[in-house]
Amino acid sequence: MLSFILRRLAVAIPTMLILIVISFVLMFAAPGGPFNTDRPLPPEVLANIEARYGLDQPYFVQMATYVWKVVTQFDFGPSFKYRDQTVNDIIRSGFPVTLVYGFWSFIVAVVVGVSLGVVAALKQNTWIDYLAVGVTVGAQVLPNFVMAPLLVLVFTLWLGWLPGGGWNGGQWQYLVMPVIALSTSYMASIARIMRSSMLETLNAGFIRTARAKGLPMRRILWRHAMKPASLPMISYLGPAFVYMITGSVIIDVYFSTGGIGQYFVNSALSRDYSVIMGITILVGALTIGFNLLVDILYAWIDPKIRL
Amino acid sequence: MTFSTLLKASTAATLIAWAGFATAAEVNLAAGEKLAADQTFTYRILDQITTMDPGMAEDVSSGEVIRDLFEGLYNQDGDGNVVPGVALSHTVSEDGLTYTFTLRPEAVWSNGDPVVAADFVYGWQRAASPALASPYSWYISLMGVENADAVIAGEMPPEALGIKAIDDHTLEVKITTPKPYFPQMVTMYTTFPVNRAVVEANPDSWTEPGKLVGNGAYVLTENIPAERSVRERNPLYWDNANTVIEKVVTLVINDENQALTRYLAGELDKTEIPTGQYPRLLGEYPTEAVSFPLLCSYYYNVNMTETGNPALQDVRVRQALSLAIDRDILVNNVLAGGQVPSYSLTHWATAGFEVPTIEAAGMTQEERNAKAKELMAEAGFGEGGEPLTVDILYNTSDAHKTLAVAISQMWKQTLGVETTLANQEWQTFLDARGSQAYQLARAGWCGDYNEASTFLDIMSTASGYNDSKYSNPEYDALMEQAQTAADPAPLYEQAEQILATDLPLIPVYHYASVFMLNDQIRDWPVGNVQQNTYSKDIYKVEAE
Repeated sequence: MLSFILRRLAVAIPTMLILIVISFVLMFAAPGGPFNTDRPLPPEVLANIEARYGLDQPYFVQMATYVWKVVTQFDFGPSFKYRDQTVNDIIRSGFPVTLVYGFWSFIVAVVVGVSLGVVAALKQNTWIDYLAVGVTVGAQVLPNFVMAPLLVLVFTLWLGWLPGGGWNGGQWQYLVMPVIALSTSYMASIARIMRSSMLETLNAGFIRTARAKGLPMRRILWRHAMKPASLPMISYLGPAFVYMITGSVIIDVYFSTGGIGQYFVNSALSRDYSVIMGITILVGALTIGFNLLVDILYAWIDPKIRL
Repeated sequence: MTFSTLLKASTAATLIAWAGFATAAEVNLAAGEKLAADQTFTYRILDQITTMDPGMAEDVSSGEVIRDLFEGLYNQDGDGNVVPGVALSHTVSEDGLTYTFTLRPEAVWSNGDPVVAADFVYGWQRAASPALASPYSWYISLMGVENADAVIAGEMPPEALGIKAIDDHTLEVKITTPKPYFPQMVTMYTTFPVNRAVVEANPDSWTEPGKLVGNGAYVLTENIPAERSVRERNPLYWDNANTVIEKVVTLVINDENQALTRYLAGELDKTEIPTGQYPRLLGEYPTEAVSFPLLCSYYYNVNMTETGNPALQDVRVRQALSLAIDRDILVNNVLAGGQVPSYSLTHWATAGFEVPTIEAAGMTQEERNAKAKELMAEAGFGEGGEPLTVDILYNTSDAHKTLAVAISQMWKQTLGVETTLANQEWQTFLDARGSQAYQLARAGWCGDYNEASTFLDIMSTASGYNDSKYSNPEYDALMEQAQTAADPAPLYEQAEQILATDLPLIPVYHYASVFMLNDQIRDWPVGNVQQNTYSKDIYKVEAE
């Protein structure tokens, strides 16, 4: 098991480095720059700014300095646009926000999704199954950029129950709508995956044997069916968890939560190199990390994979 | 020139404002009105505040906050006139090149330090210094402060800048060319004082709440950059007795429709109205939907270089295209927010500027269309002539797209001109427009100060903002002359006439500020065309 983990780690680290280099190259290949504005800056002013941020250095020196600082000091540099802040400041203030609403979205998506999927599989081809499938299809086709404004319209403007946005330190009133909007489509995917894999498992030979032996259904489900039926879902959950905790542009834009999700778009559009790089690397590292975790989990659940 | 002769030279409106200053900040409640118990003003901003540092700031949202946290030599009143801030008055030397400001002795920083002339000297030197590398350092050079260019270029130390503290309450500024509107220019945040000890104690974090020391009517108490900022009344501010609003909150809301919903739910006191929704909202909320002039102009740049469309190098084609745009339809049916059709570059509401009588403006649209067809035929295009296709480039936005589509329809119907529309995201667009990789490109310009040269200068040959690459020696000479003229108005008018004939840019409309404003808010500066707001000047009355 240990050698398995070490092998996976040996792959993860170079992947991370390649990710940093590729995103650096891509970002600088985009036209324009962070200091392009409606009013082109006089050359002397631009030269001063570029010198301050080290952009006057040769390309490879910039890249090397950047990678070195990231790897050795976890320093992602200053933001070019939000001049009072460093990228680390931005992550420090935005990541906890997305982490909180992402975590709760994950819990809701998994609990509701798995329950729906399992119930639908157990009651296959009954009205319960149809209802569950109907709900998941509905949840999947309703995109969150439609759902978010709708939620605000209903719960804020018409009913006046919830604040229309903001964060306020993460009080529950501010969490409800972002969690609903973010978790719905994940919940639907989890339910569908769970339903089909559960159906497959329930039809497998070892379950039939267990039934033939007269084991109660509850015991069959929890002791024997859940673990193998969860495998496809677990491989889906790794990346899904990362997406949720790093936030969503839609959620941040519509609910003004102040999370880091919005920077994916905003900082790319404003060519805030350091911010977009920092966020990309953060998401990349988390993705690689959780994939690793999923692999380990897999290997633990299903020893065949460990080879 | 002494201060009193300068006063004579300025407009009557300014005079009244100066004389009326003593009572300006006091609240004039109408009969039956009383002040609201909760004096909190909450407004929406599009994106987080980029900086609270006056020397670094470059955008509108930062400006709004900084004008509350700091105070410069002069402020603006509700009509955009100059009124005393830290400076009580000034005198100007005979040659118009030396300004001596007298500072009020009672002004203090929010930590109790007195505000002295040296704080301004430091603020200006810092803003111009290559070490700070401010994107707005060019403003110090725009003001014409002595040695500004050399300081920015790093050829001289910041101490060489033409600003000096004669004593604690006397400040001397030397400029290179006389500028009658110089007092206007020192209302800009780049010229605000900065407390040296505070900055030097925490150079990288001095703008955080608790560390930031300002001299304005408010102090920063909370700042969660991507979510909200809160500023509260500063009891040490010299005019605190006349301040009414206790607390100002900004909420970052990226989506303007979402912001409107939250305004309607009562979470905001002010938010922008999305394009085209003004008439509906005015119908439903007549006391809340407001529109008034904003000092910005919207136009299409014509690429005048060889990378442009060859047909557009023919002045008749440019004139025909401009004439064939039915601006009234655009303004009344598409934008529908109180914007004004334009045939000239300078915004109609610019102080001291009389919109020149431009021939095309006086015609009916039928006459314009007939003239346009004629010009097009003369140039050999249109019906019976060569087919013509032009490209319009704009930055990705629904509003720009709708306008471009409407304009292309007008050109097709009237002139048979085909149009290709291309949109690019902002940075790519700026790159293309700045390197003349376009034929026609959408543009907007907002005045840096309330005087016509802030618009007209951009079309002079040497201007870095002349994206058309237009060059006309006659025009350049006029703008040069206007810099030192006692009354530049006739020169500006001539310059506008040249633009209206040459059309290196096709004017479309003059902007308006269009937003929802809580009707409990009083004294909003609707007459301030730059929308330079000061929270200390507004107040909230009890709801009816």
